[in-house]
Amino acid sequence: MFDGALSHIRVVDFTTHVAGPYCTKLLADYGADIIKVELPGVGDSGRRMGPFPNDIPHPEKSGLFLHLNTNKRSITLDLKSSAGRKVAIALANTADLVVENFRPGVMDRLGLDLKTLQASNPRLVMTSISNFGQTGPYRDYKSSDLLVYGMGGEMNSTGLAHREPIKLGANIVLYQAGSVAAVGSAGALFLTQNDGPGQLVDVSIMETQVGSIDRRMSALIAYQYTGENSTRMPFGASGYPIGVYPCEDGYLEVTGGLIYFPRVVDMLGNPPELLHPRWYQPQSQGDPELKDEFEGHFLSWTLQHGKLEAWQIAQRSGVLSGPLNTMEDISKDKHFNSRGAFAQIDHPIAGVLRYPGRPFTMSESPWAVRRPAPLLGQHNKEILEELGYGPDDIALLRTQGVI
Amino acid sequence: MTKLPLDGIRVLEMTVVWAGPYCTSFLADLGAEIIRVESLATFAPLTRGVRAHPTKLQLENQPLFMGGYPDRQPGSRPWNRFPIFNVHARNKRSMTLDLSQPNSMDIFKDLVKVSDVFVENNVVARMDDLGIDYPMLKELREDIVMLRMPAYGTTGEYRDYRALGIHLEGVIGHTLLRGYPDMDASGNTPVYMADAAGGSHGAFAVLAALHYRRRTGKGQYIELGQAEDAMPMMGQFFMDYTMNHRNSSTIGNRHPTAIQGCYPCLGKDRWVCITIRDDQEWLSFSRALGDPQWASDPKFSDSISRWENHDEIDTYISLWTQKMEDFDAMRILQASGVAAGPVMNQQDSYENPHLIERSMFQEASQEDAGTHFYPRAPYTMSLTPPNISRGPVRLGEDNEYVYKSVLGYSDSYYKELETQGHISMDYPDYME
Repeated sequence: MFDGALSHIRVVDFTTHVAGPYCTKLLADYGADIIKVELPGVGDSGRRMGPFPNDIPHPEKSGLFLHLNTNKRSITLDLKSSAGRKVAIALANTADLVVENFRPGVMDRLGLDLKTLQASNPRLVMTSISNFGQTGPYRDYKSSDLLVYGMGGEMNSTGLAHREPIKLGANIVLYQAGSVAAVGSAGALFLTQNDGPGQLVDVSIMETQVGSIDRRMSALIAYQYTGENSTRMPFGASGYPIGVYPCEDGYLEVTGGLIYFPRVVDMLGNPPELLHPRWYQPQSQGDPELKDEFEGHFLSWTLQHGKLEAWQIAQRSGVLSGPLNTMEDISKDKHFNSRGAFAQIDHPIAGVLRYPGRPFTMSESPWAVRRPAPLLGQHNKEILEELGYGPDDIALLRTQGVI
Repeated sequence: MTKLPLDGIRVLEMTVVWAGPYCTSFLADLGAEIIRVESLATFAPLTRGVRAHPTKLQLENQPLFMGGYPDRQPGSRPWNRFPIFNVHARNKRSMTLDLSQPNSMDIFKDLVKVSDVFVENNVVARMDDLGIDYPMLKELREDIVMLRMPAYGTTGEYRDYRALGIHLEGVIGHTLLRGYPDMDASGNTPVYMADAAGGSHGAFAVLAALHYRRRTGKGQYIELGQAEDAMPMMGQFFMDYTMNHRNSSTIGNRHPTAIQGCYPCLGKDRWVCITIRDDQEWLSFSRALGDPQWASDPKFSDSISRWENHDEIDTYISLWTQKMEDFDAMRILQASGVAAGPVMNQQDSYENPHLIERSMFQEASQEDAGTHFYPRAPYTMSLTPPNISRGPVRLGEDNEYVYKSVLGYSDSYYKELETQGHISMDYPDYME
């Protein structure tokens, strides 16, 4: 029988969209039993987010939803009805962890707050994921992945000096928030597994950016150290070669200035004109004219090479570099395929598709897809039966519209 | 007081730059004892500095997050003042070794015997040279958890390829998914989301392995290739290729269905981000602006036609925001139920009433850097809050504790190792 790292953990999952479902996906893919509670007839909002095959929306075919909800079971529950709430409490009584991302205060209004649930399950952990946290003046503010990065992260220095600040790829900050929530959840669960008390893990999505290692924390402490704010740099402000260069079939990112410059010259085959001492003076890397001259040499080389070929040659000379891949490039990449970075998953409605695979491998308790993302309410009967509901009770819940 | 979740767990680390140290900072905040094993023989670039002994001029020419040492001065021990290092080094301990001397591995092995976890994120060849791998650790400590997080993993064609975070972003496809839509990809400036992802995923991986060990008694080997680790975070784009053979490109600050952008406000480099999702929010937005006539134009009446006329709407929104302070725009729009928030610089964050009320910044001291407010962990807990109880650790600060208390070495052996050059709070002067 499959034994994942977290197979002993049972989770009731009230989350929707991206951050919450990514948190519980991490727990699920490494073994936890996740019961995903969805609104009857509607389900997780992620079901309505693309991509869809041929761009035709279908609640069981959202690529985002299918990816974020592997290894979970779905039960539909109307939490506003007393029968629905009763089922939710019964579920929480069997769980180690509840994860939710309602707006702050909603769990209280539903009578599903941690204090209420702990009355009969004192070691329960609750992870609450919200835009700005469960307290504070912005608690009830609305947000988006753009706002998260702008208000929390290092957006103020991302982009070019003469342009507006610019965000990261879509939803990435929300995934990051989900992974932070998984850390807090697994930490709190380690305490309860060792007979410690259950508690609330409060994840403010904004704070997952304030406390991000992607420049923000360092820029913050540097402000404390110097009184300076970070800024967006003018186009091509530092040494050379640095940044993105066009190739025959795409782009190559290179960090080759300063101490790495001789490696770049080696990469170009040590042309005599680049071996001249004027390139190696203390001020050479800060000289804009030399930079222009060098970039002429460099571009004429990169434009004659494909990005993968250029990367290979660069690596042979020890030049820090990487191609700008498309999803097609990644999907077909030999290295990632040889390491098993993707997963083939069969879903009853969406069919067999290739998904992103495991973030990391574990030798004893591996990542595994035990089941595809659930259909809406697919496990209603199974889960209610586990709670001791008989066929008549279940039929009643169905006619009342609770499930 | 409740003991912290990882109280009693000892983690050894040989981590560099960002992803590895960020991983162990999560474990440190949760109460594990983190011992940084730091070599005096080599200076890993971007870990405790770009250089061991930077000049003042060099610091002045670096971006703030790298060159922003206290007062932009290197100080007498620059390696304890580096902003990249000091934000993740809270709650950790540091011991030194000279890894170029053969007996250093004996000391390392003694440490492995009394540790629960080992974490590293070096180039693969570095661990090969030192002879460190999972079988070696397991022989010393049967139930050890080992986490390796090299750029591309320890197998496959790219195993020895060198990368900084920025190169991983390109390889995993992120660089082509962000940036200005009216420029080609060469207009992109560096971001490092894969480092953040590697840190949090790595900490989650160690926690999962500790859960498993608690239940089964077994340790294990975890491998986190930083590139593939971050690929699931671009899941929707990968699935779009899978489903539709489509390669997505950047849409800048826009959203696929909402009206969204980053708009200029009063003042120098002040901006407000706004997201208007549906008809209801559109009406709220219009009301907040005093129902201007343009907003009732039939071509803005539903979300599809609004998106088709996004450029024109952006012009109208900018005309309004340009006359507003960024925080005022936020307050007015949020009060009407529209998502809006300023692009906050560092000063804004430190002065922000919301972050202050939530204690996002905590005071910590360190002899070579002084006393400052550091960002705490990116989440909180009600009973065991991940507080900063020790400031950023200085190089070799805990040598005596580690050698004498943890390893039980005698005073005379400690002296001997000191004479041999293993124990110091300084990098050698010859190191640039």
